[in-house]
Amino acid sequence: MAFYRPAPYQKPVAIALLLVLAALPFGLAAVDQAFYIGFATRVLIFALAATSLNLVLGFGGMFSLGHAAFFGVGAYTAAICQQAGINEALIAFPLAMIAAGAFALVVGAISLRTRGVYFIMITLAFTQMAYYLAVSARSWGGDDGLPLVGRMTLAGVSLADDTHLYFAAFFGLTVTMLFFGRLADARFGRVIQAIRENETRMEALGYPVFTYRLVCFALGGALAGLAGALLANLTGLASPNLLLWTQSGTLLVMLIIGGVGYLYGGAVGALILLCLEEVLVGFTPHWHIVLGLILLGVVLFAPKGVAALFGKRHG
Amino acid sequence: MAEALLEVRNLSRRFAAVDALKDVNFSVDAGEVHALIGPNGAGKTTFIHHVSGALKPDSGSVHFAGADVTALSMHRRVAAGMARSYQITNVFLGLTAIDNVALAVQGRQDAGSSFRFWKPVRREVALFDEAREYLVQVGLEQRIDTVAGNLAHGEQRALELAMALATRPKMLLLDEPMAGTGPEESARMVELIEHLARHVTILLVEHDMAAVFRLADRISVLVNGQLICTGEPEAVRANGDVRRAYLGDHL
Repeated sequence: MAFYRPAPYQKPVAIALLLVLAALPFGLAAVDQAFYIGFATRVLIFALAATSLNLVLGFGGMFSLGHAAFFGVGAYTAAICQQAGINEALIAFPLAMIAAGAFALVVGAISLRTRGVYFIMITLAFTQMAYYLAVSARSWGGDDGLPLVGRMTLAGVSLADDTHLYFAAFFGLTVTMLFFGRLADARFGRVIQAIRENETRMEALGYPVFTYRLVCFALGGALAGLAGALLANLTGLASPNLLLWTQSGTLLVMLIIGGVGYLYGGAVGALILLCLEEVLVGFTPHWHIVLGLILLGVVLFAPKGVAALFGKRHG
Repeated sequence: MAEALLEVRNLSRRFAAVDALKDVNFSVDAGEVHALIGPNGAGKTTFIHHVSGALKPDSGSVHFAGADVTALSMHRRVAAGMARSYQITNVFLGLTAIDNVALAVQGRQDAGSSFRFWKPVRREVALFDEAREYLVQVGLEQRIDTVAGNLAHGEQRALELAMALATRPKMLLLDEPMAGTGPEESARMVELIEHLARHVTILLVEHDMAAVFRLADRISVLVNGQLICTGEPEAVRANGDVRRAYLGDHL
């Protein structure tokens, strides 16, 4: 895999994209399709979650099947915050990031001592533990999950309005992408990508490989936590299903379709997968079959993902 | 006599029923080029792994620059001043030559923390200025912006050396630097190592006997996991045990 390098056309494209996304809810409202604002918010949130996995897997080279755990921890933290009377997102969201990041730090500290298939299995084991913990915790709603009584407020503004929540997610994703892009091209990004390419060599250059991996893993976890907290606000529920390993699988599929290791891979994948789901569900309840075929097509014809098809590789 | 920079004491290591290394005592003096030779399977690579910290011994100890480093991990030994190059070329093929060396500079503790998330690496002028110097030292000044994957084999080996130098080592551990190089490249590499030897202590593991006898101040011979002889090149050449181990044909 190549090292990330910002493409010359990246900035204008990003700015154009920002403008389009900023205008989107008003455009949808104007054509009486305000219903889709919720859907667009969902895409943004999953774009954020898949991007956080991209940091860990695409840039850090850590094939984790446990990423959903951090997503779920974020959602539960938001719900628990509300239960505890904290209804301000400016407090609850950072708490969700801290909780998910701290959990990732613990999971990483243990599982990053292993490699390859053992790493996959241990991260998987941790998500399943988190899942069963959530299912069996009565005070957190057990099987049913922990509902939010209403959406939170962000700096005093209620997120109950779909457009407001959309902009909260939009802001979260924008800041994350900006941070991600800078990080990838800064010292830290160089180091984690080089570790992905050749761990022993980096050790032999004097880098404490384990520490860099762990920080990358925890950062990815914290960002997934933010996505989780946003999702809980969108759906009004912190569901144990968010912690299930199949959720990790969904994020992986998004990333593979979009392009592992490409800056926009996660976002592109989330957009494609969720749109496909939205369209295909209208035709058949067995839409997963069609999805499977499409995934097969991507792997065969665009093995580096859809983001790789645009221009020369810059990721 | 100069002080020992690297000292290996009573090092032993078993793999299952095989004694890979038996009670090896070995030292490298500051400033010298010390070559380690031995027939295939003698345990040279295992020995190197114990020096660099990739493997830990069953018994015995490794001392470097006056401190016991036996329990230290590889990256800590590098920070203490022990750099190594690899038998197989081990550079980042997707990065340019200078990016490779800048990454090595960046890894040094005095180059500042690498937990920097915002400033583009490319704007860290100090890293690249220094990296350029090392590339000049190894004779790659014409190839600074060439992607490492497009360098010739010998150039990649030189790049590897530049990366090792960038860690500012007290000792360079060169694992078969001539491996896979043609005669011309090989000659250039010998010159380069001769040049480097003026600034840094070198522990050289090499099969190319001509190179070894030209470069080494002292030679140690490892056979079947045991060090059978250490001495100046002429003494080693004359040693009967060494001749028997090599069946006489190399020396």
